[in-house]
Amino acid sequence: MTALPAGGCRDLPVLRERGQREVFCGLTGLIWLHRKMQDAFFLVVGSRTCAHLLQSAAGVMIFAEPRFGTAILEEKDLAGLADAQTELDREVDRLLARRPDIRQLFLVGSCPSEVIKLDLAKAAERQSARHAPHVRVLNFSGSGIETTFTQGEDACLAAMVPVLPKTQARELLLVGALPDVVEDQALALLAAMGITPVRVLPARRSGEMPAVGAHTVFALTQPFLADTREALLRRGARQITAPFPFGEEGTTLWLRAVADEFGVPSDLFDSVTAAPRARARKAVAAQAETLRDRTLFFFPDSQLEVPLARFLARECGMRPLEVGTPYLHRDILGPDLDLLPPVPVLSEGQDVDRQLDRARAQRPDLTVCGLGLANPLEAEGLATKWAIELVFTPVHFYEQAGDLAGLFARPLRRRALLSPGAALEAAE
Amino acid sequence: MKLTVWTYEGPPHVGAMRVATAMQGLHYVLHAPQGDTYADLLFTMIERRSKRPPVSYTTFQARDLGGDTANLFRTAAQDACDRFRPEAIIVGASCTAELIQDNPGGLAEALGLPVPVIALDLPSYQRRENFGADETFLQIVRHLARPMARTARVSCNILGPTALGFRHRDDLAEITALLEEMGIEVNLAAPMGARPGDIARMGAAHFNVLLYPETAESAARHCETAFGQPYTRTVPIGVAATRAFIAEVAALAGTARHPDEARLRQPWWAASVDSTYLTGKRVFLFGDATHVIAAARIARDEIGFEVCGMGCYNREQARALRAAAKQFGVEPLITDDYLEVEAAIAALQPELILGTQMERHIGKRLGIPCAVISAPVHVQDFPARHSPQMGFEGANVIFDTWVHPLVMGLEEHLLHMFRDDFEFHDAAGPSHHGGHAPRSLSDAPGALPPHPQDTSERKMPEAPAADSIVWLSDAERELKKIPFFVRGKARRNTENFAAGKGLNEISIDTLYEAKAHYAR
Repeated sequence: MTALPAGGCRDLPVLRERGQREVFCGLTGLIWLHRKMQDAFFLVVGSRTCAHLLQSAAGVMIFAEPRFGTAILEEKDLAGLADAQTELDREVDRLLARRPDIRQLFLVGSCPSEVIKLDLAKAAERQSARHAPHVRVLNFSGSGIETTFTQGEDACLAAMVPVLPKTQARELLLVGALPDVVEDQALALLAAMGITPVRVLPARRSGEMPAVGAHTVFALTQPFLADTREALLRRGARQITAPFPFGEEGTTLWLRAVADEFGVPSDLFDSVTAAPRARARKAVAAQAETLRDRTLFFFPDSQLEVPLARFLARECGMRPLEVGTPYLHRDILGPDLDLLPPVPVLSEGQDVDRQLDRARAQRPDLTVCGLGLANPLEAEGLATKWAIELVFTPVHFYEQAGDLAGLFARPLRRRALLSPGAALEAAE
Repeated sequence: MKLTVWTYEGPPHVGAMRVATAMQGLHYVLHAPQGDTYADLLFTMIERRSKRPPVSYTTFQARDLGGDTANLFRTAAQDACDRFRPEAIIVGASCTAELIQDNPGGLAEALGLPVPVIALDLPSYQRRENFGADETFLQIVRHLARPMARTARVSCNILGPTALGFRHRDDLAEITALLEEMGIEVNLAAPMGARPGDIARMGAAHFNVLLYPETAESAARHCETAFGQPYTRTVPIGVAATRAFIAEVAALAGTARHPDEARLRQPWWAASVDSTYLTGKRVFLFGDATHVIAAARIARDEIGFEVCGMGCYNREQARALRAAAKQFGVEPLITDDYLEVEAAIAALQPELILGTQMERHIGKRLGIPCAVISAPVHVQDFPARHSPQMGFEGANVIFDTWVHPLVMGLEEHLLHMFRDDFEFHDAAGPSHHGGHAPRSLSDAPGALPPHPQDTSERKMPEAPAADSIVWLSDAERELKKIPFFVRGKARRNTENFAAGKGLNEISIDTLYEAKAHYAR
């Protein structure tokens, strides 16, 4: 590799590709959203494929009765023999009767429901009136024709923003579904700096949903929330921009941006962050020994690619060869792009076969990709990290920085442990 | 519209993928939106395949819908031919593409590709995965196979094994070896391992061996009509079925050579005294009809279990299952709603479930041991070792697999003898299941899926029992002395007994009266 030019990636040309995309659709987000929102049910209006996707992506039937399900469209719904709206009302009535613990119901659009133009907004409005005040019904689309993987969460949160109550309070709102343990850590750090109360979208329960207004300032914790951001801006809220809180550096810069907004004195900031920063640095350093100077290739998946590449390049010493992302939102990723050392290829969208050609030609030390590609690439001798683990595992903020680096280090350490070549021969 | 949480079968195009992925030199061009590519991971993760499935997805998006999705399909088909150089392609639509009616078959035909194009018409809103596999294989055979002279030596085709099938890889190896021992050549096995060029030679075989009616019955029927090839009706799962299969094959082939049974251990393992504890254990069976019917016969006739219920999720084979259930004197359960299956199991309180991965989870919830006998599959259904269900080795494997979830014979005996002994107390669980106490019997069998999050949140479904009945404390204590693996049944039986007698309290006497009442 030639010497890297100085400066960030904000103004690098982007390779835009169009072709087969080896990515999940937005429905996949239901798997973590339903865990996060404990009194919500997600009802996909779709096909058997949608139901099959959910159970396959969830790791096959791990929940006996999860708070998501699929109302499967049948021939008679499509042929107009049955009024799909009436059918849907019946299924919703049944569901809510069986699950009195449900306070929020999301009707989730899918590829087939979008193609037949089944009006779920109308259905949600009607059912909201029918089941008020006990249950509120909202709708969004997680269809593959409109959303890629994490965009499902974005669509869900964006659907909630217009119905959030109004407030004039000057409050901080954290936006993005994080595992509770991580969210609690973030709230504790902010509280230690005197920033309270802090609201969170999505809240764990419907009764705790935040209010929003002209004095709300919000910080995204996930980079894929473009529509939610737009919706909050429309409600008059103001965004705090910062790199995303991955790694010691990302977390510190993110916290500092929030602290600056709330006028936290720098000595207080330092005293609150000093110990966790030191812990994070130490934990990352241990993993960085494995990662330093290794080359890295990102297939597009979750939109976390740019911030993660920034973390892996700057804090772990890795050398990204290609950073692929489904969508590159410069407004949101600007601060991360500024920090990311220039990479040979920054790509948006996908033509999977051509991208595989590039990966094979470069033979990166570590390839971050989806589950459909991981074993085939391993069989070709390339170490891989499943991208989906990055959204299912707690990886944000200081205490997880070492774990995050560890997710990337483990495949490399494992390869070093196994006798070289043995696995490859067996895969033939 | 029907609310579904978990499904036993995927959509029909996944069945087509199972056929395409099992074969060599065939490519599937699938008109489908972004997201449908999830199906690749079924093969690369669950089955640990080292190659991507040979599928190109058009991955159209919303913005393409107003424009030219047909052109996307043309490009994808042409690119797939150029890049992968298949010997034939199959083309079709997933559920969403079916709605936009681009007619992939017609489009691909018009491209003038240099290879045979086989159009699939798989109605996504009516049919399911097994139908998709069966229909796809039928269309491939219809398009490619031609009548031809029979081989000089007696030969057969083996039909049915696909990718992502329950132990198909090992069954194929087992049956191939068995046929070889009988002096019968295997002309070809398909779909697994076959190339389009091999399919063209199908007509050379003297007869067909149909291993899985779920995936290849239509093709077998077609060959019977088109090429005059008879096909086997016996599925060789179990000792008796394997022997019957051998007799059937021998008659078709006109051979008298029987395979060696020396490696068959199952009958002695079942007859040896340690297996006494298996006697009359009540089992519930659920899965695809073929595996369930075979398993029920093994359970009753070769292991000495009592079949207390059986069912299948695939309606295509419901008739055969109903007939079998009648022979066993149980109600057939034909459903693809796992909640109905769970309710049936909760009501019957079997001592062992023989089911799919879905029933394994139901068993975890209800504290009932389960062994897996059928698809849908899970990563643990693809063991590294040779582990067939069919043939003599299959019978051995089945014995081990079914007995494994249970407490071992001598151990069960000790538990009865020592009951509250500090080492033999039932909280220790079966001693060959390491590292967990009985509560985790509910978590134990098998590996967890890739993203384990234990989130059981619903209460166990209760069998219909009188809630108003009170257990007196001495009776409750006595109940706890009963080993855990029969305690659920004892509690249920006693409560039913008490309810039947109009009692609202259960004493020690009631417990033992119930025991005597239900004694076998």
